[in-house]
Amino acid sequence: MIDMSPNIVLVVAIGALFITGVYLLLERSLTRVLIGFILIGNGANLLFLVAGGRAGGPPIIGQTPVEDMSDPLPQAMVLTAIVITLALTAFILAMAYRSWQLHGHDEVQDDLEDRRIVRLAAKNAPTYNDTDSIEDSETIDEQAAEARDETGNGVA
Amino acid sequence: MLLLLVAHAVLALAAPALVSWMGRRAFLVMAIAPASAAIYALSWTGRVMNGEHPTQVVEWIPTIGLSLSFRMDTLTWLMLLLVGGVGALVLVYCSAYFAASASGLRKFGGVLTAFAGAMVGLVTADDMLLMFMFWELTTVFSYLLIGHYHERKASRRAAMQAIIVTTAGGLAMLVGVVILGQTSTTGYSLSGLLANPPEGTAVTAAVVCLLVGAASKAALIPTHFWLPAAMAAPTPVSAYLHAAAMVKAGVYLVARFAPAYSHLSVWVTIVVAAGCGTLLLGGYRALRQNDLKLILAYGTVSQLGLIVLLVGLGSQAAALAGLAMIGAHAMFKAALFLTVGIVDAATGTRDLRRLTGVGRAMPLTAVAGVLATASMIGFPPLAGYVAKEAALEALVHDGVPVGPSWLGTLVVAAVAVGSLLTVAYGLRFVWGAFATKKLPPAIPIAPYTAEGHVVETTMIDPAHIKRQSPLLIGPALTLAVLGLVTAAAPSLGEKLLAPHAASYGVGEPGHLTLWGGVGPALLLTVAILGLGGVLFWQRRTVERFQASLPHPVEADRVYRRSMRLLDDFAADVTAVTQRGSLPFYLGAILIVLVIGPGGVLLAQTSLPEKVRLWDNAAQVAPVIIIVVASILAARSRRRLKAVLIMGFAGYSVAFLFLLHGAPDLALTQVLVETVTLVVMVLVLRRLPPYFSDRPLAMSRWVRLGIAVAVGIVVMGLALIIPGARMHEAVSANFPEEAYKFGGGKNIVNVTLVDIRAWDTMGEISVLLVAATGVASLVFLSRRGGEIFRAQNVIDDTSKTYRVWAAQTEADAPAGVPAFYKERFTARAATAGLSTAAEISAAAVAAASAEKQAAPQRQRVWLPAGKTLAPLRRSVIFEVVTRLLFHSMIIFAVFLLFSGHNAPGGGFAAGIVVGIALIVRYLAGGRYELGEALPVQPGVLLGTGLFLSAGVGLGALILGGEVLQSVIVQFDLPAFGQVKLVTSLFFDLGVFLVVIGLILDILRSLGAEIDRQIDIALPESSLFAAVTKGGGTTAPATAMPTSTTPAAPTTPGAGEGSQP
Repeated sequence: MIDMSPNIVLVVAIGALFITGVYLLLERSLTRVLIGFILIGNGANLLFLVAGGRAGGPPIIGQTPVEDMSDPLPQAMVLTAIVITLALTAFILAMAYRSWQLHGHDEVQDDLEDRRIVRLAAKNAPTYNDTDSIEDSETIDEQAAEARDETGNGVA
Repeated sequence: MLLLLVAHAVLALAAPALVSWMGRRAFLVMAIAPASAAIYALSWTGRVMNGEHPTQVVEWIPTIGLSLSFRMDTLTWLMLLLVGGVGALVLVYCSAYFAASASGLRKFGGVLTAFAGAMVGLVTADDMLLMFMFWELTTVFSYLLIGHYHERKASRRAAMQAIIVTTAGGLAMLVGVVILGQTSTTGYSLSGLLANPPEGTAVTAAVVCLLVGAASKAALIPTHFWLPAAMAAPTPVSAYLHAAAMVKAGVYLVARFAPAYSHLSVWVTIVVAAGCGTLLLGGYRALRQNDLKLILAYGTVSQLGLIVLLVGLGSQAAALAGLAMIGAHAMFKAALFLTVGIVDAATGTRDLRRLTGVGRAMPLTAVAGVLATASMIGFPPLAGYVAKEAALEALVHDGVPVGPSWLGTLVVAAVAVGSLLTVAYGLRFVWGAFATKKLPPAIPIAPYTAEGHVVETTMIDPAHIKRQSPLLIGPALTLAVLGLVTAAAPSLGEKLLAPHAASYGVGEPGHLTLWGGVGPALLLTVAILGLGGVLFWQRRTVERFQASLPHPVEADRVYRRSMRLLDDFAADVTAVTQRGSLPFYLGAILIVLVIGPGGVLLAQTSLPEKVRLWDNAAQVAPVIIIVVASILAARSRRRLKAVLIMGFAGYSVAFLFLLHGAPDLALTQVLVETVTLVVMVLVLRRLPPYFSDRPLAMSRWVRLGIAVAVGIVVMGLALIIPGARMHEAVSANFPEEAYKFGGGKNIVNVTLVDIRAWDTMGEISVLLVAATGVASLVFLSRRGGEIFRAQNVIDDTSKTYRVWAAQTEADAPAGVPAFYKERFTARAATAGLSTAAEISAAAVAAASAEKQAAPQRQRVWLPAGKTLAPLRRSVIFEVVTRLLFHSMIIFAVFLLFSGHNAPGGGFAAGIVVGIALIVRYLAGGRYELGEALPVQPGVLLGTGLFLSAGVGLGALILGGEVLQSVIVQFDLPAFGQVKLVTSLFFDLGVFLVVIGLILDILRSLGAEIDRQIDIALPESSLFAAVTKGGGTTAPATAMPTSTTPAAPTTPGAGEGSQP
């Protein structure tokens, strides 16, 4: 089994990327959120490397002896992650651009409908008013007594 | 037994078609299904009586131990007979009850038959999970049946209330079932559990849960209120669900588990309290009603209390009486409901204050009603009498097997008083429905029906009573007479029911008899009948007495209030959790990360003993760059600066990859970082240069706090995770496998295209989705938009195309110092092209001038170069592009083909092509992009995905597994031996998808945004800017490529108005 002790320098880089990334992620400007996300992505990719153990030669047969190779599995995973991050970047940029088209800025606003629910809940107001919410209206079985069926040959 | 269910299912599904075809007579056909269940039960009578229990098991989901297992013992036999018999009669009744033109009969027929099927399944199921499934099915079907008149508010509310109450009980029951199933040695088998019941605290809790479920279904207090409200259902439904079938499901559950668990004191407490309370409350409330159906509904509540008390008490004699009562009650209560339906159909009302002379006009109906009522009040010689006599005998004799003796006395007293009330409301019912009486005219009656029609409030003329079909009277009369017939042979009933009663084990076996000799039970019966008669005789006094008592809090109101509280609570919870703020949500997720995994780190792990400072001293430099760059990026207030600094971090990460021994990663990271930078700049030119100010210092500290906490947790993870490995790495055999099966030397690439090809397949699907998303966000109406071909615009002299001209004009006067502007102009002049001023003033003229001048003085380096605004052209860039482009494409192809054995592969190759396209676009504008790759990106994406998936399926066709590689080796005369691995085509698919993605990004975020900018700043604004002499109308921008946000008036801002 290869040497699995962690590499302090890489851990420091991971920490720096995560701290700054999360700090930006919690912003409201989509551009900053995106930058934060990319930083976190880089940090996570490094985390994969650390989890894969010590550094080594390129995992290419014939170029490096098998026992000196770095672990290829995390590398394959990170490779797909890098490309996906590119796709995500483009998508968020398109959203930022669209937001700029519609609102003139790229800030993520609070959901208006959610804010409305918060206000209503604070007032304890019912979402609608009808006879059901009146305490002294007739009970439901009294209403049932008045219901009639569509029967065959009653006078109705 | 499975066949019975299939019959129900088939008829239920066929019901709509049957009703369409045959009208209401289709109900006669549907009656076949429940009738077959009853006949099946009858055919097994003798064998079940002798202790033979037919079983049937069909495996269903063996992994969770769920099988379709059915079993018939005495209790099932009884229930099956009732469910099937009454069901068939009710369906026959339906065929005459509803008007031929009544609405919703198709749905109604189907649901009612399906309900009968669910009941059959419920009582025959021998698997507890299966039983629960049928239990919930009855709940759902009853919801649909109660809410049959869904246009009426009362029906909807009644249905809603019923389903909420019974489902809540059902959930409790599920908990009980799961606990029992897990503790029982025989799994979820019902018969196995009862043969060998487990014990313990958990089991006791489970039994209580089961009782809660049973109580909610059988309408015991405190959940009794849904049953009267459910009278909003059509009367046949009331007769079936609320007399014979659904409410009996609760009773069935109690009777099923009582032999095993009635010795528990908590069981007895619940059964006695709920049973006696329901018995008395129901009887008391029934006396107060004026609606015939409501009298019966409250009567049913009361009787259910009595039955649950009897079958749950635990003594053999009481159980026998209870079983007899189940049968008797099904017969008389169904008959009574059906009778009410006939009266209702004939007279148009159920209000007993408005009915008179009905009995004289409809003697057969009256006979049925009277017989059934007599059975209900326990009048000899009817089934109800036999059962009640046995019950009194059992209670007086055995009392409560588990519990103090005073409890027995209390139960006897409660049953006596309950029966007294039953006699009183029973007599009142008969009198109200059938008697000829003088109607006091002063009774206030609501002048409107529920639908709002005006009704005649004077008494109804008996002449209006219409004759009813024998199909309507037949079922009611049959059931009523059956009550008389079965009572004639009490000893046969005793023999039939005794096997289940005997399983109770406590007390002596009881007896069913018409004449048990003079004893306390007989005396009690006489007293009950007499006093009940007195109560009825003095009904005015009783009514006045009841009216004078204060109304206790009605359960319905409590229910409403609690539902309101629940709504409020839900709103409050929503308000706290659904804040609608993205930072809040993300913060919550991150805090969970800190508390969850972070807590585990802190509590259960320790730092590794051995750490390495670095693998390679060269790692220190990039790490320092990363730390500094990420801090600067976070602090930057300018967009472009932040993005560029972030790029530094990205390239440093690529260097770290290289040092770690991951050349593929380093290559891909460098390429991706480049594309990212270009794409970001393309979009950022449209956004404001500075981030908006967020003055809340407080929130910044909170964010920083969360960020540092997350960072520390992740660093902790990075330290702990490597040492946490317990097994040999999955990739230990990759080198050998990659070469042997994947036919490649580059293990990472083989991993991508072969070993973990499914991952890659998923990933390129994501790329496709993201590309489509980008395109749709920018193009809005059509995915692709047109392909910009230079030829179309150069030949078209009616228009001038000046790509990026708008930006030139906007930038030059605004942000760029004056000497820059002069230099632009000078350069343009030397190039022999029109000046900026000329473009603005006379664009058409300038274009034609250029058209003539250009071919002579300049070689065409790029096909679309002429579409650019002159000030945007750079000949050097065009020449370099011309030279570089093809080299890059060749390099990409090299990477693609060598990727299997050396760093490279489809991803890297695709991105290289993408960068080549970017270079062409930057040098020649959007028409150059169209010239470079004149296809829709969707075509590339689709072809790529098709190719990858096709290779996977191809392997399947060749007899391998999906995505398995096939190595083909052959000799070619000139090339020698050629080794071809099919996964190369998979990589080719990846290659195409990546190109498609980047093309889509360039076309959307590059070309399309260009086009929108060119339209956004029309000539008039250019003209205005220039005539003011390059004045400072626009706010100063230090970034040359950015424009001032023209904001919501941009074309495309209005949805769908995209040209």
